[in-house]
Amino acid sequence: MDDLLLEFLTETNEHLETVDVEMVRFEQDPNNEAILSNIFRLVHTIKGTCGFLGLPRLEALAHAAETLMGKFRDGMPVTTPAVSLILTTLDRIKEILGELERQGAEPEGSDSDLIEMLEKMAAQEAPPPVAPAQPVKSQTSGSTVYQVLERELKPGEVSLDDLERAFQEAPGPQTASTSGSLTYQVLERPLKPGEVSLDELERAFREAPGPAPLVIEKPVASAPKVPAAPPAPAQSAKKNAETSDSGESGEGMAGKVQTIRVNVDTLEHLMTMVSELVLTRNQLLEIARRSSEDHGYKVPLQRLSQVTAELQDGVMKTRMQPIGNAWQKLPRVVRDLSNELSKKIELVMQGADTELDRQVLEVIKDPLTHMVRNSADHGIENPADRKAAGKPEKGTIRLNAYHEGGSITIEIADDGKGLNFAAIRKKAVERGIATDSEVERMSDAQVAKFIFHPGFSTAAKVTSVSGRGVGMDVVKTNIELIGGTVDIRSEQGRGTTFTIKIPLTLAIVAALIVSSKDQRFAIPQVAVSELVRVSPSSEHSIERINGTPILRLRDRLLPIVPLSKVMGLSGNEDANHGFVVVTQVAHQRFGILVDGVFHTEEIVVKPMSSKLRHIQLFSGNTILGDGAVVLIIDPNGLARMVGSEADSNEFQSDAGTEQTVAAADDMTSLLVFRGGGESLKAVPLSLVTRLEEIEASTIEWSSGRPVVQYRGRLMPLVSCDEELAIKRQGMQSLLVFSDGDVSMGLAVAEIVDIVEDKLDVELLAERSDLVGSAVVRGRTTEIVNVAHYLPMVLETWARKDRRASQDKSLLLVDSSTFFRDMLVPVLKASGYRVQTASTAQEAVRLLSGGLHADIVVTDLELSGHSGFALVASLRADPHHANTPVIGMTVKPDPQQIALARKLRISEIVSKIDRRGLLSALAELNASFEEAA
Amino acid sequence: MKSIDSIASGGTKATSRQMEFVTVMVAGQLLGLPISRVHDVFVVSEMTTVPLAPGEIAGLLNLRGRVVTAVSLRRRLGLDDATGMERRMAVGLENHGEAYGLLVDDVGEVLKLDPDEMQPNPVHMDRGWVGLSQGVHQLRDKLLIVLDVDAVLAFETEREAA
Repeated sequence: MDDLLLEFLTETNEHLETVDVEMVRFEQDPNNEAILSNIFRLVHTIKGTCGFLGLPRLEALAHAAETLMGKFRDGMPVTTPAVSLILTTLDRIKEILGELERQGAEPEGSDSDLIEMLEKMAAQEAPPPVAPAQPVKSQTSGSTVYQVLERELKPGEVSLDDLERAFQEAPGPQTASTSGSLTYQVLERPLKPGEVSLDELERAFREAPGPAPLVIEKPVASAPKVPAAPPAPAQSAKKNAETSDSGESGEGMAGKVQTIRVNVDTLEHLMTMVSELVLTRNQLLEIARRSSEDHGYKVPLQRLSQVTAELQDGVMKTRMQPIGNAWQKLPRVVRDLSNELSKKIELVMQGADTELDRQVLEVIKDPLTHMVRNSADHGIENPADRKAAGKPEKGTIRLNAYHEGGSITIEIADDGKGLNFAAIRKKAVERGIATDSEVERMSDAQVAKFIFHPGFSTAAKVTSVSGRGVGMDVVKTNIELIGGTVDIRSEQGRGTTFTIKIPLTLAIVAALIVSSKDQRFAIPQVAVSELVRVSPSSEHSIERINGTPILRLRDRLLPIVPLSKVMGLSGNEDANHGFVVVTQVAHQRFGILVDGVFHTEEIVVKPMSSKLRHIQLFSGNTILGDGAVVLIIDPNGLARMVGSEADSNEFQSDAGTEQTVAAADDMTSLLVFRGGGESLKAVPLSLVTRLEEIEASTIEWSSGRPVVQYRGRLMPLVSCDEELAIKRQGMQSLLVFSDGDVSMGLAVAEIVDIVEDKLDVELLAERSDLVGSAVVRGRTTEIVNVAHYLPMVLETWARKDRRASQDKSLLLVDSSTFFRDMLVPVLKASGYRVQTASTAQEAVRLLSGGLHADIVVTDLELSGHSGFALVASLRADPHHANTPVIGMTVKPDPQQIALARKLRISEIVSKIDRRGLLSALAELNASFEEAA
Repeated sequence: MKSIDSIASGGTKATSRQMEFVTVMVAGQLLGLPISRVHDVFVVSEMTTVPLAPGEIAGLLNLRGRVVTAVSLRRRLGLDDATGMERRMAVGLENHGEAYGLLVDDVGEVLKLDPDEMQPNPVHMDRGWVGLSQGVHQLRDKLLIVLDVDAVLAFETEREAA
């Protein structure tokens, strides 16, 4: 009994899944009898078995549902409420089945509510308008032929009873209709000769009752007379054939293929054993490879190897399931959602037969459902909005699965409104994941990734759909857990596409075996996009920006991660030889620098010991053919390690250049030049006063320092980097920086170009002579920090300035490091003792901490806290109520000026106008003197 | 190792009351592991070190097709790694379904000892050792520390809690 019950449970659950899907299909296509009879048959089977097993609740429910469906078959119009009611009933049946599975008995309770509703629904619209005779006939005929086919396919099935009953219950006109359908068959034959279904149809004829053979002759005789059959019947015949076809394929899943049920544990065990076998085979092959002698075992070994491979394939196949299994629930989900949200949504599923490992399937089932749910809820707009946007009222969610290399790609695309990047940015700032300035600078693709943060939802209102179950963060975690990646592409108003890439199987993966410092590691092939051999002399050589290795690969900067460094295997960081394994994880691309690359090998992934699982760099380990244990690198983990570093770098550099970019309207004129090394350098053109080329012989050396007479004064020269020696002969190129009548010459090897480009500093150099590096016109370029050179010649500079200055103290408040670094030397040169603060809070803390400032120079657009707020708090403090303040802004507007006047800010100057700042300061000095 | 074969504690008691210990040697100290926990004893041939791993983990071993985590008993006891060892021995243990190999300097005989005669740890014993020791047995010419296998393999939990 127990076994029987178990069998019943598994089977019924499967049937219900199918009914769910079919029901939704039927709702969309209410005239499709094949679907209806399929549903009818399934429900009837459930009912029959329930009765047999003595499960009264289930039987009653199934019966009531069947009655209503019977009405559909009799021509009652198919309405959404009716379908919903049946679906609800199916849900109830599932619930009861669940209980049954847990407790082994039907739970107590009554379903009179549902049954009553079902009966009411059935009764309410019971006498349907008598359908025209013709359709009724063809209907009956369709189902009859179908039933006969069924019997042929599966003799002795429980449903046989029902079939018989169906026959008995079939109304009188059957004969007429049979003849009708027979006529079609004959017409059909010349149309589609040799079709498989034809055979079956013929068999069906033979088994059909008496009148059939008689009728056959007639049309055969008449056929020559009417060679071109009248279009109408031909068409309907086709249709008929189609319906029976589809009915058959629905059947085929269960009927045609012979299957047995195998316990999953058995399969798992089989898989483990095969894995071990593969390992042993690999070991044997390795031994054979090493010994040159053939003791006659090599041929059998080859055979063993082959058989093992086939066995592995075979066992893998037993674990493979079509991804459609994970999609089965989706039509129902989408249907319920579209009703709930009053949206019109169509679900298109492509590649449902793409197979993947059942373990993987289990893991992605829930994430997929969630993402489709999300697309329906957040992606697709309501019909009115869609119409307004010029889109068809019905939204489409498209699921697509296909194999690609050793992995499977699943796309979930909707044609909805796309991600609202502005809202995500806002939300990210609200939740404190990123600051205002950070999100401003991020690309949309980067911003989109925020939706994977835990608890991130931009839904304006929480519907019953969103906010239950898993969030996108769980989706991502689940997918990454099995070595997969998720990608988002979204276009405002056009829709969003999620691309999931997952390995086919978890147990055995193809991996690239690499070495680093005499230790071997395995990198899953899925993540590897290419291999590049690097050496200093070759086309591909590793360049360094402040020691951070970078590879130029097709005009893009590829961050290089030396494996030995992340592993902490060695301190030798200037390795330039080896191979770069170009790795792509979602949007992140980076290169892993390894010493050697051996080969690819199918490896059996073994889980990491619990003691080592916290190391995110490794996803597992394996035993190679030669018996060595090798660690498997987790590209996702590595990306996270790289990413966290890269992110912070990015943010740092963001802070440094953000203002510059804003000031220059995103485009900055850069003077590109070459220093001693190979690398290009650049400096914002606005800082350069003049470009000069002087005769090297005119350079004089005063106490070992190069100076040149320039416009009647001595101008100190500085080399732009240590590698570049100032020329003793020939022509020397100079960049002249001046302030007032003090100048400095920066010696460079060659002036390359002046370019207008977006200054997007990518990596912050730790070196003080560089702000960072940027891609300028497609080439890596170091951005020179002019401020670094000024102190080198400050002696002259300071001496000159001290004459004019009164040694006042000045507090410079500016959130941009770049600007602070630029201004400090200038201000110092003008004779001020400069203190700096990066935020208003810091400035207030300094001042309240007893710092004396004669003058405050502040950026009015401080990040986080407005400069005005700072000045206001200064004015509130009696100590600083009268401290003169100079405000700096990118673009002064009347509102700011009015506010400034109110707060007694002495002057507002443009941020990039150093001269303006200095003259404002000079004016202040003058007024000081007057006051004194 | 023959010297410790002759058991100090008389051996007059019934065998059923006695426990068997696999004795191992680390830095000249004799230690005992309950034989019920020991799967096998093997010579370590090739070991894969795991970068970024906790110091106690010496690496991963391939033991007949199974990946075994090698834990250094020396490092667990706060001792320096031994140098100049021609062969490394390991004791195979199992903990929570995972295989471990405890690296030791040498493996000795199996001793039968009476649990009743086990003495508590001396009060001034090194704290790190106290946590791993269940008690001390007095042999004729040596002291044997009875190792708490679970405690020896429980280092990660401490780390995680920290």
